Amino acid sequence: MGRLVLAEGDVFSPPGVKDFFLPPIFGDVTKPMVLLVLSVIIVSAFFLITSRNLKIVPGRWQFAAESVYDFGRNNIARDQIGSKEFKPFVPLILSLFTFILVNNLFGVIPIFQFPTMARISFPLALAILVVYPVYHFVGIKKFGLGGYLKNQLFPPGVPTPVYVLLTPIELFLKFFMDPITLAIRVFAAMFAGHLILLVFTLGGEFLLLHAAAPLKPVSLVAWAFAIAMTFLEAFIQILQAYIFALLTASFIGRALAEDH
Amino acid sequence: MSSVLLAQEAATTNLNAGLAAIGYGLGAIGPGIGVGLIWAAVINGTARQPEAQSKLMSIAWTTFVLVEVLALIGLVVYFIASTA
Repeated sequence: MGRLVLAEGDVFSPPGVKDFFLPPIFGDVTKPMVLLVLSVIIVSAFFLITSRNLKIVPGRWQFAAESVYDFGRNNIARDQIGSKEFKPFVPLILSLFTFILVNNLFGVIPIFQFPTMARISFPLALAILVVYPVYHFVGIKKFGLGGYLKNQLFPPGVPTPVYVLLTPIELFLKFFMDPITLAIRVFAAMFAGHLILLVFTLGGEFLLLHAAAPLKPVSLVAWAFAIAMTFLEAFIQILQAYIFALLTASFIGRALAEDH
Repeated sequence: MSSVLLAQEAATTNLNAGLAAIGYGLGAIGPGIGVGLIWAAVINGTARQPEAQSKLMSIAWTTFVLVEVLALIGLVVYFIASTA
């Protein structure tokens, strides 16, 4: 009985994890992979084209590119790493920021409509293969392995017996949890946001097509909420890209700090 | 006969999804309070000293993400628990 009703499509089946596993486009290539490559092309084309013909008085596009660069350089890298050592990391921070920003914004741009970072493997690869080695490497390069570990695991200004508790916590946080939370943060925000959009859009569609006649107009409310949520989602997507870059810079700054 | 079958089906119905949703709702309380406290402090600080706003904002975002991730981990755990 229950099965029959389901088969007729009269029961609303809420969107879930299954909606994120899209069928492959060709071979083993799926939509997120295509979007990822596309984002690399978009970011590099944007910066290559806008910086090709630089003028002292910037044009419209040069101004846009300079604003993005300025934001990544001054507001993220310099604030977090410190004005002495931030220069070599500006390209990394800026490309992480723009790359994640474009990938996230794919979630609200029509046609694309899928945030690449809603699949855990992409942010996880960024966090574990890019950010994690970089900040440990620069720290070890500056202080040597022993000095770096002493800096990170034994923060000064603490009574000696407390280290028994503090050092394992610091070890767990800095060498294990940091890259994982970095990845989960952007993943879960994109995943949840996309799911909310799906719920409101599909719910509205279901109300319109399958609900009793007096309830059909309610679908308009659902779609109005979907539009409002799209704006909120766009804001969150920009915020998450900013936070990823900010935390990367903050980890690098922490690894390079003299007495922390 | 059919009522017996229905009763059996009801007894074996998977409650995990509902329980996981309740768990996530409870788990989101803490981060909600935490995020509220952070922004309350920022608003207070900005009201007292408007020129310090940019400095406060960067501190606020770095602490905000530390709290926010707890709710987001809860969301991931919800999906793991509800499908188990």
